[in-house]
Amino acid sequence: MTAYETVIGLEIHVELATKSKIFCSCSTTFGADVNTQGCPVCLGLPGALPVINEKVVEFAAKAGLATNCRVANYCKMDRKNYFYPDLPKAYQISQYDLPICEDGWLDIEADGTGKRVGIIRIHMEEDAGKLTHNDKTGHSYFDVNRCGVPLLEIVTQPHMNSAAEAKAMLENIKEIMETIGVSDCKMEEGSLRCDVNLSVRPIGQEAFGTRTETKNLNSFRSVVNSISFEEKRQIRVLETGGKIIQETRRWDDELGVGYSMRSKENEQDYRYFPEPDLVPIVLPQEKIDALKESLPELPAIRRNRYKTVYGLSDADARQLVFVPAFANFLDEAIAAGATPKAAANFLMVGIPFLLKENNLTENQIPFSPAILAELIALIENNTISSSIGSQVLAELFSQKASPKEIIEAKGWSQVSDTGLISQAVAAAIAENPQSAADYKSGKGQALGFLVGQVMRATGGKANPKMVNEELKKRLS
Amino acid sequence: MQLYEMTALALQKVIKEKQASIPEVVQSQLKRIESTDPKIGAYISTFPEEAMAEAQKQQKILEAGGTLPLLGGLPIAIKDNICTKDMLTTCASKMLYNFCPPYDATVISKLKEAGAIIVGKTNMDEFAMGSSTEHSAFHLTKNPWDTSRVPGGSSGGSAAAVAASLAPLALGSDTGGSIRQPAAFCGVVGLKPTYGTVSRYGLIAYASSLDQIGPFAKDVTDCALLYSVISGPDPKDSTSVMPKPFNQKANLEGNVKGLKIGLAKEYLANGLSFANRQALAKAQAILTEAGAEFVEVSLPLTQYNVPVYYIISCAEASSNLGRYDGIKYGFRAENAESLKDLYEKTRSQGFGAEVQRRILLGTYVLSSGYYDAYYKKALQVRTLVCQDFAAAFTKCNMLLAPTTPNSPWQFGEKSANPVDMYLEDIFTVSTNIAGLPGISVPVAQDETGLPVGLQLIGPAFGEENLFKAAYVLEQKGDRLGLLPRL
Ligand SMILES: [Zn+2]
Repeated sequence: MTAYETVIGLEIHVELATKSKIFCSCSTTFGADVNTQGCPVCLGLPGALPVINEKVVEFAAKAGLATNCRVANYCKMDRKNYFYPDLPKAYQISQYDLPICEDGWLDIEADGTGKRVGIIRIHMEEDAGKLTHNDKTGHSYFDVNRCGVPLLEIVTQPHMNSAAEAKAMLENIKEIMETIGVSDCKMEEGSLRCDVNLSVRPIGQEAFGTRTETKNLNSFRSVVNSISFEEKRQIRVLETGGKIIQETRRWDDELGVGYSMRSKENEQDYRYFPEPDLVPIVLPQEKIDALKESLPELPAIRRNRYKTVYGLSDADARQLVFVPAFANFLDEAIAAGATPKAAANFLMVGIPFLLKENNLTENQIPFSPAILAELIALIENNTISSSIGSQVLAELFSQKASPKEIIEAKGWSQVSDTGLISQAVAAAIAENPQSAADYKSGKGQALGFLVGQVMRATGGKANPKMVNEELKKRLS
Repeated sequence: MQLYEMTALALQKVIKEKQASIPEVVQSQLKRIESTDPKIGAYISTFPEEAMAEAQKQQKILEAGGTLPLLGGLPIAIKDNICTKDMLTTCASKMLYNFCPPYDATVISKLKEAGAIIVGKTNMDEFAMGSSTEHSAFHLTKNPWDTSRVPGGSSGGSAAAVAASLAPLALGSDTGGSIRQPAAFCGVVGLKPTYGTVSRYGLIAYASSLDQIGPFAKDVTDCALLYSVISGPDPKDSTSVMPKPFNQKANLEGNVKGLKIGLAKEYLANGLSFANRQALAKAQAILTEAGAEFVEVSLPLTQYNVPVYYIISCAEASSNLGRYDGIKYGFRAENAESLKDLYEKTRSQGFGAEVQRRILLGTYVLSSGYYDAYYKKALQVRTLVCQDFAAAFTKCNMLLAPTTPNSPWQFGEKSANPVDMYLEDIFTVSTNIAGLPGISVPVAQDETGLPVGLQLIGPAFGEENLFKAAYVLEQKGDRLGLLPRL
């Protein structure tokens, strides 16, 4: 039996987080009422003309610089012509032969090994409108709000060979775009979408197999699942003596199947030509250099710093850097005096949990990094135990007060009074003679039970270290 | 002389000196339209009530001691491819028969600010595609000097309106000669400005890289006045390049002594009518007499101008007109069975034959496999045409050229073979290809008394010199102050 290799290239669409659209001043805010964000320009009314949003050019250049691309000093916009009711002008303003960024790469890591994935190009374009269909009436409805929302299309080289690698690449792109602030990359709102070009070939064969393109994948899960589906399908076709047809495919996430949309023969001729309503975009080298200078620390460098400077594990560094809001919070908390490991733990466990509980996003942590640093200091100087610390954290989500104020108001200060602890330990031993006996006879785990009893009796406030010591003393 | 027969400058004086009120001026114009436009067909729609209301409003300001802006109280006609808020804007097409734009073109905002009073929207070749206004989906427009002949096109309605005293001023658009050729045919002055000096925002596009809005007037002074109002930078048009509007105080009567005027030998080749040759000789004599110096120049690519123009303009048009699909506004065909069917029926029924021909041509030259041979090649020739002009302008300040090879033709005369009509654009298309200004000014008449206009072509932003030379030709030519008998 032949062993096959999968070859994957991605086309990633990133919606840019500019306030206004690419060619007019309409707002881009997601979730506004239908048809409330439109004007003659984005509606493509006769006579209206586009004017490029400088911010889009800046964001595109930054995206290129952050992915090791060459940013063009001179580029232009082109028209891609096709008819569809969601495209009011019957052409999309995009870039054809002179994209703003070319020849980049990113280093990814998947299944424990690293590789460099090339980026062919990044170009700017406008999004189309949104159509909804009512199956009962057979009517279609058009929403202009998304028309003219700025997009970047990032086209990679076919350098990935597995779903895990494709996912890693997509994750890298996502964290970079978020880190440099050009997109919020919310897949559920469609601000990060991906087309997968996939082919298979017998291992050792140099020539590429015939590829298919699965369009509009909008979650990591659907990217991974559609790739597994499509590689299996192609191998099955080849093994049963069939031929792969070059075609565009669609993925049904609910059913977990992909199906053919149109074959290459039926593909449109987009008749690209230079957009005559816009002038070429000139980016002087000084401007590009200044943009490069303005880039924040990129994820790969940040991960490395977290490992070497903060002493975090590789897994922890990855998890934190993947959410730039958390990584920024971490850096600021550490700058305010927090111990790296402790702050990292809060940002990986307690804080994400509470954000979710309270329906907040990663950017909406309701207290400052300095507050987290203060909380950590209180745990570390034994004012409170770490379990009380978790309770204080929960309180920080519901009230505007410092950890100290919360602890005082709730009477949660840790008890380090030797007399009180001694009393509670004596009581616990008296009430649980069996456990005491067990410990004495060598069953170490009985000690944990007794510590728990003391903690419960003191409302969690007893200094656990002192309780431990006192128990050991009395039972020895 | 009737109020409606006066130039804009004369009307300004009449209003200023209170010899007539603004409502009287506008009323006179509207009456003239009512009585005479049925013979000409210059207008697609008129706005008598709105015009009178505006006239009365301005009169009140005047009577309260206020001052009028530059074009205060002056009636103006607008080509029907320039968007006017809440006023029908059809492009003379069935496709837009009911289209009322929700916004004003930048030039319309400027005109309103300057006090001009829009009396109507003028007829044209559908989507500005044509040289005779015979391609209007609605009706013909007749040449006021001979109503059996075409007024030229595509801005035939605007040219005929000014010639027949149906408006003292008008706006047209010029993509390949659509202002200058009808100006020449109708015996009025028409300017195609430097590309980028007049905002295209709100001009319904035919070919974006060639289109330019420009003024029509009864004489050169009025033409310059209107140009000063509509020109200038516009942040809504990325291709707008003029730092500030044309200076309306420019002294056009300043002499042309020392100006070097080029004659391109390729323009004098065969195919030029006797009347045009005579007019050229006359103009050369007038300008020499006034102190200008003539030099021979060469524009070797002249023979490629028409094909290059049609490739570029049709390519852009095929894309610009894609939006007329029956989905959002305008005409929608009935009984469509699918989306594709809706597109096909709407576009087959909504567009006229000439528009469909150009869309097909444009689609073809942009198609993969043909792009390099046609569109790309045309862009390369375009660069060379620009270089030819640049070389010519190292030897002279402007060119004197025919506007048209022939006099206005009879209706239907050139309808059988579209290429015959395309070739009539030979002297006008190159200025659009190179983005240069060109003015057509009436100089003489042909054997049958029809006006013959000549063209002056300048380097980019050379309008002031063009006006000066055109002024001399107008003053010393045979056509000053002539009006058709209607
Ligand atoms: Zn808009």
